[in-house]
Amino acid sequence: MLDLASGLSQADIMTAYHFSFCGTQCAALPSGALHLPDHDVLCVSDLHLGKSERIARRSGVMLPPYEVRETLEKLQADIAATRPTQIICLGDSFDDLEAAARLDEEMLLWLAQLQAGKTWIWVEGNHDPGPINLGGTHRSEIKIGTLSFRHIATAMTAEVSGHYHPKHRVAGRSRPAFLYDDCRLIMPAYGAYTGGLVSLTPALRQLFMRPPIAIMTGHKAIPVPVP
Amino acid sequence: MSDLPPLFTDWFKTRGWTIHPHQQHMLEQATEPALMLIAPTGGGKTLAGFLPSLIELADGQHKGLHTLYVSPLKALAADIKRNLRTPVTEMDLPIRIEDRTGDTTYTQKRRQRADPPHILLTTPESLALLTSYEDAPHIFKGLQRIIVDEIHALAESKRGDQLMLALSRLQTLAPGLRRVGLSATVEDPDAIASELARHPDPCTIINADPGPDPDISMLVTQEKPPWTGGGAKYAIPAVLEEVKKHKTTLIFHNTRAQAEIFFHNLWLANTDDLPIGIHHGSLAREQREKVEGAMVAGDLRAIVCTGSLDLGIDWGDVDLVIQVGAPKNVKRLVQRIGRANHRYNAPSKALLVPANRFEVVECVAALEAVKAHDLDGDPKGPGPRDVLCQHILITACAGPFDADALYQEIKTVGAYRTLSRAAFDDCLDFCATGGYALRAYDKWKRLLQRADGLWQLRDPRAAQRIRMNIGTIQDTDTLKVRLKGNFKPLGEVEEAFAATLTPGDTFLIGGQVVRYENLKEMTVEVSRRADKTPKIATFMGTKFANSTQLSQRILRMFAQTNWPELPAHTAEWLALQRQFSKLPEADRILVESFPHEGRHHICIYGFAGRNAMQTLGMLATQRMEELNLHPLGFVATDYATLIWGLDPVYDPAPLLQPDNMRADFETWLSGNAVMKKTFRGAATIAGLIERNLPQARKSGRQATFSSDILYDTLAKYDPDHLMLRITREEAMRGLVDFGRIEEMLTRTAGRIDHVKLDRVTPLSLPMFLEQGRIAVAGAGQDRILEEEAARLMQEAGVATL
Repeated sequence: MLDLASGLSQADIMTAYHFSFCGTQCAALPSGALHLPDHDVLCVSDLHLGKSERIARRSGVMLPPYEVRETLEKLQADIAATRPTQIICLGDSFDDLEAAARLDEEMLLWLAQLQAGKTWIWVEGNHDPGPINLGGTHRSEIKIGTLSFRHIATAMTAEVSGHYHPKHRVAGRSRPAFLYDDCRLIMPAYGAYTGGLVSLTPALRQLFMRPPIAIMTGHKAIPVPVP
Repeated sequence: MSDLPPLFTDWFKTRGWTIHPHQQHMLEQATEPALMLIAPTGGGKTLAGFLPSLIELADGQHKGLHTLYVSPLKALAADIKRNLRTPVTEMDLPIRIEDRTGDTTYTQKRRQRADPPHILLTTPESLALLTSYEDAPHIFKGLQRIIVDEIHALAESKRGDQLMLALSRLQTLAPGLRRVGLSATVEDPDAIASELARHPDPCTIINADPGPDPDISMLVTQEKPPWTGGGAKYAIPAVLEEVKKHKTTLIFHNTRAQAEIFFHNLWLANTDDLPIGIHHGSLAREQREKVEGAMVAGDLRAIVCTGSLDLGIDWGDVDLVIQVGAPKNVKRLVQRIGRANHRYNAPSKALLVPANRFEVVECVAALEAVKAHDLDGDPKGPGPRDVLCQHILITACAGPFDADALYQEIKTVGAYRTLSRAAFDDCLDFCATGGYALRAYDKWKRLLQRADGLWQLRDPRAAQRIRMNIGTIQDTDTLKVRLKGNFKPLGEVEEAFAATLTPGDTFLIGGQVVRYENLKEMTVEVSRRADKTPKIATFMGTKFANSTQLSQRILRMFAQTNWPELPAHTAEWLALQRQFSKLPEADRILVESFPHEGRHHICIYGFAGRNAMQTLGMLATQRMEELNLHPLGFVATDYATLIWGLDPVYDPAPLLQPDNMRADFETWLSGNAVMKKTFRGAATIAGLIERNLPQARKSGRQATFSSDILYDTLAKYDPDHLMLRITREEAMRGLVDFGRIEEMLTRTAGRIDHVKLDRVTPLSLPMFLEQGRIAVAGAGQDRILEEEAARLMQEAGVATL
């Protein structure tokens, strides 16, 4: 059950949802990050950093250019609370490779500070398929304990993936949500400017053998069965 | 040009007409730079507007566009085209007349730009689009007159501001341009006239004979109006009787959903198979056109409609107007009544049908106001800056521009006459760079200043996207509805409504019950059902706030000892309220508290209009949240706010304490749903959010993220950003309407009556079926969500996997 020695702050024990997935202890944080206390791993998916830059470049529409700091601020808080040794960014960390190359100095520095002293894994996604000129290791997938981490779900079991930006609606409130069953776990999008895919859409549902559990993000991670 | 030429005199004679005095006056003053005619419907208003153009064009000398006619409705443009054909054909005038709206074909639009007709009939949006083309100077060269029809309706909204900005552009392209406005009766003609004229030109106002007072009364039915609800189902038999007694009846509703439900019920009761149609803005164009055609041909005995039929379309021989639901605003009621009986100098006939007991009171108050010629209206603020931002982008689409010249041009628009250079530069900077404190877009600016000082689009291809998003009409995201396996759309529903549907649900659209099947590429697929009781269509239509004047009349009525002017059932209801609780008074705030269905409720009667009462709900629930009273949600009507929560409120005074409210207001402004909604509107108009994208959305996947996120981000990192300043100012006037809360606080000066009861009171009853409930996203909501999730987990037997 709860491992008070794992370095979780009191607040996180209160608001995270702890569960066992394919033999690995997991904590779904209300921010949308996944913590593996036994492995000191923190995983986040679909940051889409540089989205506003990419939209301006491609369409001329200039969204508030603050999504990178908003996302890094959230990530910094989760890192401080969970003190992981390894961080996995599970793909689509950047809205495209050019956006990654164009991050401004201040954000690069901030990212470097977050990376300092940690093993940082960039898992590639469909938006950021190539290597990026930032610290950390670039991988197509990675195994941690019993689990494998990749961006888009495959037929494999014991798999953690992202890509779909799942959301779920309970009591009239729709929120980004983790979805999981015995075989796979799909992470919500962590980035500030990300939309969502409703948990009931066929594209998402067909990935699960039976109705999954949704873990709602928000003030507190709350599990709820998907009908 | 004061006399009618012989050709026209003869034509009037063959028709058996004489020229109306106001038509003569319009002709005499046709050379004035700005002219506004105020006339009731049926007074030959349109002909009065067009007569000078027809005369000027009669000799066939003018080349190109001579007169531009702008109306708020596409249907109106089509209607006018039909009506103008008569004089042009009968006098054999060498005049080409065409319309240009969102419905005009691509080929015809291309041709119109190359070879414009003499008279072009259009809408403000289509006109704005025309001014965005590089060949605008060619199109508008030689333009002599612009006729703005139903200017009173346009002047109330941002569409009017956009139109007047477009006019300033046209005036530069065609300096001899004369402006003509046609208006229904309004409370402040001078205000509209000063918006029409080029500032500081004067505007001559011509008043036509207003005609006799309308014959207007409340429909008396055998059946009593229900305590609650907006359907007016009880009145169906009586309404059918009236339809039978008259030639053609228009049946107006305040919302589209109400119109749908009423139409459905009307058909179920229509055993004589009277031809009755439905017309509202959510219906597919084909369906609307079919109804319009049938109406003009005289094939329909009645038409159930909303504001989309509100304007001066000539629907032939309408001899009765029925208004279902309280009219909310006396001016609009008078204008609607004007729809009936287009014979000049015959009184229009209208019936009011209250949907519930409270509306009986509202209807009687409105009737008294009509008799007293007491029109209502609030003065408009200065020209909105989001519309200005869009205008700058439109200007950039047409080609490089000089900022100084553009600023001077904009200052000739009445609504923008006080615009400071700094405010203009703010808008220009927003269009060029996004206007962020963090200057992030140096490389990807939308507008660039060239070496010669002119401004232009960085990427000319951006013009296409800007053009696709022209317009200021605030529509919620809607999805098309169509029958499975059929391409013809039935109409549209709001995205939020579609999201609540699960396969098998039934709802009403276009008067038929359909079953929701699935969502396919952002289209709602349905099948036909013979069911009689659908799940209600909740697409909303516009909800209007009761005017201050009408609210005051109602409060004065409550002060009476008895109500001989009200039907017995309503008088009894008010007496019951007085017996069990209290009736609200003009100089006090009444607060009732009672339990209902396991929740604690308080009902605050402030009579400040729907928008202000909604704001009151926001502020009161925020204070309740701070007091740990776990508010869950609220609903507001024109007269009251009903709040429910997990804990009882023992003392409402702190919730309504003026200093608390003003302080809370500032905090609250930064993070609430109404602000987000207002922001969405302003940001869409200003070009920060695109409504339409070059490729239609394929699926909901990652496609759009909520504008709420943009709002939250800006509020956090860039609180002084132009869009937030616009949002704040607008919300104060419009959806937030804090002005009327201040008015209520002054009027009641802290005098609060708290009545504690053990059950729902007569006067609060209607609140319980009111739509538009707003959930409070606070600790109470989290508690419910957690409880609900735990219950579902337990039920599913999957506490852990």
